[in-house]
Amino acid sequence: MRPILMKGHERPLTFLKYNRDGDLLFSCAKDHMPTVWFADNGERLGTYRGHNGAVWCCDVSRDSSRLITGSADQSAKLWDVQSGTQLFTFSFDSPARAVDFAVGDKLAVITTDPFMGLSSAIHVKCIAADPDDQVGDSVLVLKGPQGRINRAVWGPLNKTIISAGEDAVVRIWDTETGKLLQENDKEVGHKKTVTSLAKATDGSHFLTGSLDKSAKLWDIRSLTLIKTYFTERPVNAVAMSPLLNHVVLGGGQDASAVTTTDHRAGKFEAKFYDKILQEEIGGVKGHFGPINALAFNPDGKSFSSGGEDGYVRLHHFDPDYFKIPSI
Amino acid sequence: MADVMTMEDIRAEASRLNIDLSAVDWNSVRLPPGEDFGIKSDDEDLNEEDSLEFDAGFGNIIVVDNLPVVPQEKFEKLEGVVRKIYSQIGVIKENGLWMPVEEDTGKTRGYCFIEYNTPQEAELAKEKTNGYKLDRAHIFAVNMFDEIEKFMKVPDEWAPPEIKPYTPGIYDTKVKMSLKLFGVTLQENLQHWLTDEKGRDQFVIRAGSDTEVLWNDARQVKADPVYKRPFWTESFVQWSPLGTYLATVHRQGAAVWGGASTFNRLMRYAHPQVKLIDFSPGEKYLVTYSSHEPSNPRDTHRVVLNIFDVRTGKVMRDFKGSADEFAIGGTGGFTGVSWPVFRWGGGKEDKYFARMGKNVISVYETETFSLIDKKSIKVDNVMDFSWSPTDPIFALFVPELGGGNQPARVSSNVMKFHVSLFQIPGKEELRQKNLFSVSDCKMYWQSNGEYLAVKVDRYTKTKKSTYTGFELFRIKERDIPIEVFELDNKNDKVISFAWEPKGHRFAVIHGDNPRPDVSFYSVKGGKVSKLTTLKQKQANALFWSPGGRFIILAGLKGFNGQLEFYNVDELETMATAEHFMATDIEWDPTGRYVATSVTSFLWRPRPPSFLSPEKEEEIAKNLKKYSKKYDVQDQDISVLLSEQDREKRKQLKEDWERWVNEWKRYHEEEKMERQMLRDGEASDVEEEYEAKEIEVEELLDVSEEVIQDV
Repeated sequence: MRPILMKGHERPLTFLKYNRDGDLLFSCAKDHMPTVWFADNGERLGTYRGHNGAVWCCDVSRDSSRLITGSADQSAKLWDVQSGTQLFTFSFDSPARAVDFAVGDKLAVITTDPFMGLSSAIHVKCIAADPDDQVGDSVLVLKGPQGRINRAVWGPLNKTIISAGEDAVVRIWDTETGKLLQENDKEVGHKKTVTSLAKATDGSHFLTGSLDKSAKLWDIRSLTLIKTYFTERPVNAVAMSPLLNHVVLGGGQDASAVTTTDHRAGKFEAKFYDKILQEEIGGVKGHFGPINALAFNPDGKSFSSGGEDGYVRLHHFDPDYFKIPSI
Repeated sequence: MADVMTMEDIRAEASRLNIDLSAVDWNSVRLPPGEDFGIKSDDEDLNEEDSLEFDAGFGNIIVVDNLPVVPQEKFEKLEGVVRKIYSQIGVIKENGLWMPVEEDTGKTRGYCFIEYNTPQEAELAKEKTNGYKLDRAHIFAVNMFDEIEKFMKVPDEWAPPEIKPYTPGIYDTKVKMSLKLFGVTLQENLQHWLTDEKGRDQFVIRAGSDTEVLWNDARQVKADPVYKRPFWTESFVQWSPLGTYLATVHRQGAAVWGGASTFNRLMRYAHPQVKLIDFSPGEKYLVTYSSHEPSNPRDTHRVVLNIFDVRTGKVMRDFKGSADEFAIGGTGGFTGVSWPVFRWGGGKEDKYFARMGKNVISVYETETFSLIDKKSIKVDNVMDFSWSPTDPIFALFVPELGGGNQPARVSSNVMKFHVSLFQIPGKEELRQKNLFSVSDCKMYWQSNGEYLAVKVDRYTKTKKSTYTGFELFRIKERDIPIEVFELDNKNDKVISFAWEPKGHRFAVIHGDNPRPDVSFYSVKGGKVSKLTTLKQKQANALFWSPGGRFIILAGLKGFNGQLEFYNVDELETMATAEHFMATDIEWDPTGRYVATSVTSFLWRPRPPSFLSPEKEEEIAKNLKKYSKKYDVQDQDISVLLSEQDREKRKQLKEDWERWVNEWKRYHEEEKMERQMLRDGEASDVEEEYEAKEIEVEELLDVSEEVIQDV
């Protein structure tokens, strides 16, 4: 499994996303330019120019026509995937952090950071079928949680939104009423900032990664804790294989401490765990900085990782990988 | 005193007084001071603790006896003399000199009291002036004021000490309690851990404030706890050389712990501010060391060393002095003490111990704890000495001041050395070897005391660089033959040298490049022959297995914890490993396991085997036969483990399946709604992925069968 090293970003990676067909890989980095790559050979297709700050998150529509990005320049932008043109800019008073298209791609959730006295917020926007009809008004604004909201995703049938962030609590909100439906059980929940969240392909469960050096698997409807995966590093990124019962955790020590330690002590490997048994099954080395982003190809036969080191590494699994006995 | 009541009586009494016994907080009950109601405290420690913590407060007063008896007229003169003598040693407190006089005659009584500012000064004054000759008739007898009371208690008649019968064996707490009632205390079998059915070894590990002793249970793939205690020690713990005791260090002194099944405190050794401890090889004696700030900052630190009998806790001998006196190294020039100050000789019998002073080696024997022949061995400029691990023989090396009668010229240019071997108690010199152009020497004994290797660094002709050679002494042979040998490239720097335990081979790491070479030599048959050289290894330390044959070539610290396991019999690498940044490597005493660590980790040592060398060899030869039993046990346990494991895995998998099925049901129910959200997009391609999931499940089934085969 010789990884393909994709050089293109000049700053640390922040997020990776495959389109539904699994032929395109979108990457976000602190260098203002979201980039799209061929997911097969790592060839760069193009960049989306227009942001004026670090880009934190992106999502692509089901038909791979629209891309939405959230940036520290206090905006979220809607792009035409093919031409790279900006279709619309949602402006905010504070940096945008997480973005996610709803089922059907008619709605999008965007979170904004606490900034200059403003508290963090979750905004729901309508996405018009024709970009000319697009308006910037929020359908719904959710407020309440303290601190940054690092991730917000849609629940089943767009009836709920799941959010998690700096206060380590996972919350479920009702998208009809805007009410907080549920918070996770404090006893079993994360102890530190939740950095990442990945939904299962069928949307039935999701995985959260936290700086408390663990990742947790939750039922998306009941918010009951199903599994916990322990590691020795703060977790920055999580991903679940759509094919096998594997989860991948990435992370490493804080970026500020990287220069003071050997890369072997930094634990910058992507670690594979058996989803059911919660046992570590392997690791993929390579980055010489913490891993900030992980994504599985929807076919489950390759995955990519993005690091603080500015590289995206695209790994196609060896045939041996699929022979790993699961139980 | 009340009669002892039974529990029944107490209950009856309580109900009469209308007291609910269960509601009484027994810890709040305080007996009147000095009254024990006839109940003996079972907390023996309590009293002991007090005596240690309790300071009489007279520690800085000394009593000087045998002063001249003088009439009133001469009182002031005598006081002046005494004050002059004692104020040289330390600061006498204001009104701190008191010389009592007879009331009727006005004559002095021939003694006086002197109070210093600190107990240290008082101690020093006692040491320096006890036996001081004022004149022929008046030799001072100086004592600590605190000790006077002790002397008063000494009975005039000597009574033989009671000898307690030794009863080995293991008793459970119940038996012990009942025996205690009869006033019998039993000595536990302190070697009980050796009789572990599974033949496991113990180790102690310290992390944070916790110190924990555990069994190494490799079969269960986890350690089995034995005893854990927070704040067990104030600085470090140390096993005794045969593993019987675990020593802890505290502010008030050292303590040893041990026991059949757990760790009880067996003995305490009072030594305030103890810094370092060292057991004799046969663990009969414990040497403790402390260093104290001098009251006068210009003075050097004061050093106190005590030698305790481990079992009785008695101080056998104490040494006090300035740090300079205990600094080791004939050339002097450095302060501080190199530990251990006393080096024990003569193997496990603990017969002799020695220390090096300036131009002398002082050898003591443990029968009387005094110098052999009442004098030290005079060796001018002795640089270092080293005992044979088994015999009362030590080797030392001395630079000889070249040029004979022109000593002044060569003080900085030592050219000629000699190495000598001394036999104790006779102090005969067994063998001597002169060496020339030497810059430094280092001595390495083989663990059976059969060989002594002396690494000699010599100057080249130009004196600009040095090269290394070895002198090998074959101690057990007649006349102690010496073999000289050099490395293939004698300019190589020697990084590490290690004898195979109980063997006749040694390993050397040598070379100047960042990746040095490792060579193995054999000295069997009196000839040094090279076995092999391994080129370019990431190693800077050598760790032989206690059983010999295997060795770990370790690259510690700078080499980031690279480990290579090497079989010297077959001359092949068995495995390589890495423990990033590991600082310590410890073989377990049996040579079965190796621990690498960055914290403090210590295996519990085992005493040497009672088997004869022939028997050991026989076992080694027929290891297969003997190990069969253990292999079967290992097998059983691994089957049991995998059985449990499989159970657990099966359970987890079933739970998971249940979850997944529920999810699927929801997913199916919501299918229509989802399609609606997608504007009725017909191809719900999610199906595709679900189909793939089914494919995966088949794969899982296959692998499950594989395990059932196992």
